[in-house]
Amino acid sequence: MKLELRGITKRFGSLVANDHIDLVVNPGEIHALLGENGAGKSTLMNVLYGLYQAEDGEILLDDEVQHFAGPGDAMNAGIGMVHQHFMLIPVFSVAENVMLGHEQTRFGGTLDLAAARRQVREISARFGFHVDPDALVGDLPVGVQQRVEIIKALSRDARVLVFDEPTAVLTPQETDELMVIMRQLKAAGTSIVFITHKLREVREVADRITVIRLGRVVGEASPTATNTELASLMVGRAVELTVTKDAATPGAPALVVDKLSVIDVDGQIVVNNVSFDVKAGEILAIAGVQGNGQTELAEAILGLQAKVTGEIVLDGVSLRDKSVRGVLNAGVGYIPEDRQQDGLIAEFTIAENLMLDRADGAPFVARGSLRLAYLADFAAAKLREFDIRAQGIATHVGRLSGGNQQKVVLARELSRTLRLFVAAQPTRGLDVGSIEFVHTRIVETRDAGVPVIVVSTELDEVVALADRIAVMYRGGIVGIVPADTDRDILGLMMAGDTPDSIAKQKGAAA
Amino acid sequence: MSTTVATPRFDELPTHLDRAVVKSWKVPAIFAVFTVVGIVLFVVLGRNGVTHFNLSTSTDLIKLPIAAVPTRGAGIIVVIVSAVLTAIAVALSYTARKVPLGVITLFAVVFFAGFLTWAAAGHTLAVPGLLLSAIGISVPLIFGALGGVVSERVGVVNVAIEGQLLAGAFVSAVVATVTHQALIGFIAAMVAGVLVSAILAVFSITYLVDQVIVGVVLNVLVIGLTDFLYSQVLASNAPTLNAPPHFPFLPIPILSGIPVIGPALFRQTIIVYLMYAAIFLVWFALFKTRWGLRVRAVGEHPTAADTVGINVNRTRFLNVLLAGAIAGAGGAYYSLAASPLFTREVTAGAGYIALAAVIFGRWNPLLATLAALLFGFTSSLQFSLSAAGSPVPSEFMLMLPYVVTILAVAGLVGHSRGPAASGKPYIKS
Repeated sequence: MKLELRGITKRFGSLVANDHIDLVVNPGEIHALLGENGAGKSTLMNVLYGLYQAEDGEILLDDEVQHFAGPGDAMNAGIGMVHQHFMLIPVFSVAENVMLGHEQTRFGGTLDLAAARRQVREISARFGFHVDPDALVGDLPVGVQQRVEIIKALSRDARVLVFDEPTAVLTPQETDELMVIMRQLKAAGTSIVFITHKLREVREVADRITVIRLGRVVGEASPTATNTELASLMVGRAVELTVTKDAATPGAPALVVDKLSVIDVDGQIVVNNVSFDVKAGEILAIAGVQGNGQTELAEAILGLQAKVTGEIVLDGVSLRDKSVRGVLNAGVGYIPEDRQQDGLIAEFTIAENLMLDRADGAPFVARGSLRLAYLADFAAAKLREFDIRAQGIATHVGRLSGGNQQKVVLARELSRTLRLFVAAQPTRGLDVGSIEFVHTRIVETRDAGVPVIVVSTELDEVVALADRIAVMYRGGIVGIVPADTDRDILGLMMAGDTPDSIAKQKGAAA
Repeated sequence: MSTTVATPRFDELPTHLDRAVVKSWKVPAIFAVFTVVGIVLFVVLGRNGVTHFNLSTSTDLIKLPIAAVPTRGAGIIVVIVSAVLTAIAVALSYTARKVPLGVITLFAVVFFAGFLTWAAAGHTLAVPGLLLSAIGISVPLIFGALGGVVSERVGVVNVAIEGQLLAGAFVSAVVATVTHQALIGFIAAMVAGVLVSAILAVFSITYLVDQVIVGVVLNVLVIGLTDFLYSQVLASNAPTLNAPPHFPFLPIPILSGIPVIGPALFRQTIIVYLMYAAIFLVWFALFKTRWGLRVRAVGEHPTAADTVGINVNRTRFLNVLLAGAIAGAGGAYYSLAASPLFTREVTAGAGYIALAAVIFGRWNPLLATLAALLFGFTSSLQFSLSAAGSPVPSEFMLMLPYVVTILAVAGLVGHSRGPAASGKPYIKS
């Protein structure tokens, strides 16, 4: 089916998220929509899917103008979507999820589950998916859940399929498999819109590339374009894709984590018997697919997890039984992975957010009162030092862009004397300019002799920053390898293979 | 392992993380406390004599003999069984296994039996009467709990069950009196429940007001309104406004002749038979039909439901109204079957107990019904036992159902997971 968007314009208040966007996707074509976070890609697709109503412009399918009042209309017209955050109900079975919204029923509205099972099996067989229709979706690994999303769309005869940042939650191997699936779908005549900000993937699979920036189409590119060309088109200026850093000069082990386990509220062992150390002046990157215990590990170091066994020792002092306050006082700086939820208070000003972790005494509090003049000077200085783009220190943090918000967090955490710096997903959702800034500051912190832990699910970031890489899988550390380890090996480790077994396989293959 | 990169690797992977070995001593501790209470009550302070259990009524087809149980001997046996069950629970917990629900149920049944034997020493306990009043107390609770299940499954916390029951009781009394038709009163009760629900729905779904707060305010509003109308209007015009005709008892042939349970279950009014149908229908519809699948989808993950073309807020609105109709029907039972007329605050907090039954029953209509029956049974004990000359003060017995509810919900259920989106408004951007 041919999809055409003409002059789509969508505003949120004064913000123009999509500004007269034109896009043509031909039948059997993989069309990549490339752009930074916040460029307007997802908004455009939500307009296409009927979740948002555009102020202006029209959607055409096979040259016929469509009017979508809701997702139901879009689906009936043949548009399917694989959402970035899966739209699946964890407590339902695969068959129930696939049938939801277009259920086949028998007498009296009773569900015809047998028909839904058949349909799941039939589509699975067509693409070699191996999905059990009776499995509960919540029990399935994310890669399989994504296939359920694809089956869901195909069961409604989707002929235009939109993939919204589909690789964010996948291992590199799962990503490769998704590429194969996309090519299969294309061969079957499905038109595909592939939304991403990852250049490598675009070049591998796309037939055509449309780049959008700040809500506008800024150009088309062919898959033969280089990374640098695509990146500068996406960002609007020449960008440095690699982090410039000198070789590390690691000192003695500063943080020693020994046999650390974390048990969550459901009694699951989310971090399983993990041991490692971080030396002064070194960056240890913790890689892994989202949800393999990295978050809990970082939180355990900070004292945010309730049930922790094992030992966490920083410069000879045990952190395990310290309160969060105690851990901060021991010199630990922390960038939480969800800055809006855990890193900042949106309703507070920049100045207030900059002193959040030091509200218990000097230098910001004296005799039970805030030293507002001191705080104002401090905040103004940090605003300049960290290049935070805001009207002033009294601006509410919630009104800043993601990049500037993260700079506020960074400014707060780096303004103490640190003995350990833990950065969880420090650049998630940031624009390229801010990513460069954050990376530079992290490397500077390392060069100042502070041990640094960077938790990241982005392999590019891990490789760019790390001096050593620890890969986590299902709560355990699969292995700790040097920073120059081959990406393929890192990918296999993210799927649970130990470096030893990979070496053996290679040996066997050779 | 010689897997190659191209095969779909994750299909072979284990899907669950390892579970931590967590030893929970809650159940054995509760068992031990009750065993000690049993030793003190049934043995140390044991009462001599014989307890008679009358298992039949005068109209039963099959007459069972009156069972005579030596009180102290029964007490000793109960204590021994309790101690054995406690030991089993300790052994299970020591090896970090869960104490099965069957063991917990057995313990509760044995202990209750011991308690009844002890309390009615030297007297005769009429078991069919005990069960009959247990069912009677349970009926509004079950209707309320079914309403709660429907509402919470679709994602709206229904604290207003109390208000729906009370509105149903009031309106059914007045309408049935005026029309001289119990059935019309019953239908009016459902309409009254729907009206209370409509306010809940408008404020919580349309205007996004916190659902719990709207529910509590509604309860207070209905109590205030019915109190006012009762004292200003009904009290002085009782013969014309508050003398509702009652549903007749319709014994079901054969079934009502089953010994012990027959009279309680099958010598009832049409409301109770409708309740049996409602329990089954809500369960069946929730888990086997398109309606149920959509209701549960909306309550678990409204955005996902929206993306497959289900109108989330309309689904919520309609089902909250349905929940009100079910709870309202429970209210009618007060005025048209249980008591001769409507009295001030006749529900006396039953709506909150129904809410507890929803949680205790894990948002499942069948389990919630059992939970409501448990409460009804413990409530009815006070009547039967004071009739049988129990030495326990009646004030203590009044407290018992609430203690049992707290123990059941907090102690035995523990952390149970409701519909994921229950209580959260769905806001479309």
